[in-house]
Amino acid sequence: MAKQKPGELKVETFAEHQVITQPNPLRRAVRRVDDNDIDDAVARAEQALAELSGEFTDWMATECDRLAAALAAVTKDGFTDVTRQELFRAAHDIKGDAATFGYPAAAAAADSLCRLLEHAPDVAGIPRDLIAFHINAVQAIVREHAKIDRLGTAGELSRKLRGMADKFLIEANRDRPEHLEAILAPSIVPTA
Amino acid sequence: MLRIDFNKLRFLICDDNPHMRRILRTLLHSFGAREVYEAEDGATALEMFSHSAPDILIVDWAMPIFDGLELTQIIRQPDAIGNPFVPIIMLTGHSEKRRVMVARDAGVTEFLAKPISAKALYQRILSVVAHPRPFIRTKNYFGPDRRRNTTTAYIGPERRIGGKADVMPQSALIDKARVTS
Repeated sequence: MAKQKPGELKVETFAEHQVITQPNPLRRAVRRVDDNDIDDAVARAEQALAELSGEFTDWMATECDRLAAALAAVTKDGFTDVTRQELFRAAHDIKGDAATFGYPAAAAAADSLCRLLEHAPDVAGIPRDLIAFHINAVQAIVREHAKIDRLGTAGELSRKLRGMADKFLIEANRDRPEHLEAILAPSIVPTA
Repeated sequence: MLRIDFNKLRFLICDDNPHMRRILRTLLHSFGAREVYEAEDGATALEMFSHSAPDILIVDWAMPIFDGLELTQIIRQPDAIGNPFVPIIMLTGHSEKRRVMVARDAGVTEFLAKPISAKALYQRILSVVAHPRPFIRTKNYFGPDRRRNTTTAYIGPERRIGGKADVMPQSALIDKARVTS
């Protein structure tokens, strides 16, 4: 569909690079409309997402089960490439989708667990209790969602876990200052 | 005001999480897209990319077999059989600066951190459709222009040298869109 023929490309060659400009193959999908046009694709999509939200509780429960199963595998077999990767993926998925599902504090706790698994010099050196705290927290936040969110407990729990995780990572990476700097650098990604 | 006719675009979603694929599909269909293909790992995505020739890819970073970064690197081969210029939006839970830089250097067109929102996704799609950046080829990079502006003050590594290269005019494709509308 959008495959380019060489003749369509404009190539400018400079000392150490080329700049390649192509006619915009997606231009056919852009049109100008009157400023009074009321069709709002974003509002339509938000409405569709709201209609889908009835399934989010079940989806979140599925994600929690996967996280618990990943921890059980680590407990049984120790940290292998497979068990570590599955635990990281399970936590990473919750980090990415829990806020969309309405559980931002669970996303924060999962993010903290991801940081532990990604940045500890040796995953086997991470206290098992610290990992279990994170997973228990995610499960509790989801299970008790309606009750504890009203009290702000979920957010506080996630912040405390992050503090514990960062304390461990700072200590574990004390001989790797450049690595530590990268770990603690804030995100530069715009989210909106 | 510019509007995207989503029904003229073909999307390929690559994410191993079925819930996220469902959300993305819901959002894209709500925008008006009709052709939305899905892959749950990098290898399947590459195969579908070759066969269905999508206009836009939305890829997760962490995926089995090979990940979104490797998928991007495979697609961004100037002499590849498929379309190496295809816009790639990386939608990922990774948001650290280091990750963003790595994704950019692999040739990702836009970066979108989870949690996803309809507005953010729409804006990234509008960006790649209405404001595509020229591609740059160097000895170790092929992908969208990594410069977002035309500053001449940059003195870091990989700065361009030689003639007009220090200030590179951006292609005003939005003006072309106006002409044809």
